[in-house]
Amino acid sequence: MTDTATHVSGEKARIGAPSISGFTEEGENLSPLNEAAATLGGAASKAHSHGAGAGVPDSSRAGRMTSYKLEDFPVLTGREEDFRFTPLKRMGGLHKNVLSGVAPALTIAGAEAVTLETVAMTDARVGSAGIPEDRLSANAWANAAEAKVLTIPSGTAGEQVTLTFTGTSAEAAASHLVVIAEAHSESVVVIDHVGSAVVAQNIEIDVREGAKLTVISLQAWEDDAIHASAQLAKIGKDAHLKHITVTYGGDMVRMTPSARFDGEGGEVELFGLYFADAGQHLEHRLFVDHATPNCTSNVLYKGALQGKDAHTVWVGDVLIRKEARGTNSYEANRNLVLTEGARADSVPNLEIETGLIDGAGHASTTGRFDDNHLFYLMSRGIDEKTARRLVVRGFLNEIVQQIQVPEIEERLTETIERELAATDN
Amino acid sequence: MSTLEIKDLHVSIETEQGEKEILKGVSLTIKTGETHAIMGPNGSGKSTLASTIAGHPRYTVTSGSITLDGDDVLEMSVDERARAGLFLAMQYPVEVPGVSMTNFLRTAKTAIDGEAPKLRTWTKDVKAAMAALKIDPEFASRNVNEGFSGGEKKRVEILQLELFKPKFAILDETDSGLDVDALKVVSEGVNRAQDDNDMGTLLITHYTRILRYIKPDFVHVFVDGKIAEQGGAELADRLEEEGYDRFLNVPA
Repeated sequence: MTDTATHVSGEKARIGAPSISGFTEEGENLSPLNEAAATLGGAASKAHSHGAGAGVPDSSRAGRMTSYKLEDFPVLTGREEDFRFTPLKRMGGLHKNVLSGVAPALTIAGAEAVTLETVAMTDARVGSAGIPEDRLSANAWANAAEAKVLTIPSGTAGEQVTLTFTGTSAEAAASHLVVIAEAHSESVVVIDHVGSAVVAQNIEIDVREGAKLTVISLQAWEDDAIHASAQLAKIGKDAHLKHITVTYGGDMVRMTPSARFDGEGGEVELFGLYFADAGQHLEHRLFVDHATPNCTSNVLYKGALQGKDAHTVWVGDVLIRKEARGTNSYEANRNLVLTEGARADSVPNLEIETGLIDGAGHASTTGRFDDNHLFYLMSRGIDEKTARRLVVRGFLNEIVQQIQVPEIEERLTETIERELAATDN
Repeated sequence: MSTLEIKDLHVSIETEQGEKEILKGVSLTIKTGETHAIMGPNGSGKSTLASTIAGHPRYTVTSGSITLDGDDVLEMSVDERARAGLFLAMQYPVEVPGVSMTNFLRTAKTAIDGEAPKLRTWTKDVKAAMAALKIDPEFASRNVNEGFSGGEKKRVEILQLELFKPKFAILDETDSGLDVDALKVVSEGVNRAQDDNDMGTLLITHYTRILRYIKPDFVHVFVDGKIAEQGGAELADRLEEEGYDRFLNVPA
């Protein structure tokens, strides 16, 4: 397994900080590690292989278009930086067509204090936490007939609700959900996606001051589903969001979770687990935007792949803006390729525009099964098949353990067993 | 009584420069209840012998045999060897992320015995064995070897040795990286396993200090892939004084 990890912390991160009077960190390359990411224009962006030169928006995540209007986003060609891994032909028209199909039906279970309303897209709460960052999201926004709003009232504690989206139609549809965790509430929201659907979806997640929210988004679709989901989170002062993405169903799934801080002391954890089988395209592109001082982010996505043309894409953009002093951030993606013929793309992007951070690091590993693990377990009498399962389960367990909802952990453990049994790994 | 017999063993590894022979004809017979120390300078093939007995895929046996009570060990897969009663305490135990010690120990014990251990006595046995080796009970819930120090990993190897009760244990430089206290604790564990299970031990070491705690019946000196000299415990004392120089400076 090759490990290309860089961790900028402690002394290194403070290089360039104004410990010498009159010295400013602005615009300085903090270390050779960040050369390509430290500035928005100039030589760095020219050197970047996906940009055409100085000042093009894609040379920094900060320059990426955001808008509520579909027409602000150019028609996609597939050559765009954020679509270069996405097979548009398999998107079921979600990026270009009018989405007039029947959206997956939403049901709620376990609600005690929370409320679920259906409102018009003109409701003030729609757009309060998120703004589309790509054309898929903008098309979903433009076409959604209505929005669902889940409100977790202020002061709620220990609430756990499950929202289930059940797809029944192969006609391209749009869906909109707003989750509002009011100040100082504590809750877990499970968003389950089952059935068959072709759907572009926006989920706004508004975590208000001091609130603690866990969102678990399960993509447990039937084999033919096509799903594009932008999950746009705003994290308030001293608020905490734990967001967990679990993707194993569907033919083509593209998840784009993003997190913006809206006050100091916010903390976000983005976890993900994906398991791709033959022919599946599972893509996760996430964005953590540090524009506020003293916030913390931690990202860990783990994926397993097996079978011919199983393809996973993980792109993690972390942007630490000039204002975001005292940021602490780490992101990592780890992939385990179980068979020949599968492909995992993994691109961590870390941009740091200030030296006054506590720490920032990224890591990405993609590897075949580690034979040393196998040898160790087998040398203790454990047969190869059992040893392989132990290692794969162990690999994914790090994310499963984060869920802390027993029913879902159980369901996932069973799913992983079933997936492994499918190719007799 | 069981016998592990190694006859004229030749072992090679693949290197970038092609195939390289590491063991050049090793013969050795160990019976249960006996302790054999294999000593020798670095690079003499001691660890290769250990890994070959355990069946590590990196090593190719080009000729010779290893048998356990007449059964061909080289025909067995790695896990079959373990179930037949061979145990390798590794020089560098591997970290296995996400697999808890508790789960691992129980899975391995079940595989080796062919049936699941009785839960109540098993938990008690694990606790007692951990206490005897001065392993923090909290380690049971941690992942296999993950974040353990070098000394902790070695203790956990001996913990497995005590719990799995093999016929033969091969200890590959178990003493390296241990301070005196840890060396004592680990040695006591090996001695307990030998007393309780009439285990045969193949102790591979560079240094003589572990032999103060684990008394060998036989000492074999490895030089350049072969046994250069063998004798009783007194040979170790001589090595302590003279080192390996007299073996290395032999004119060709």
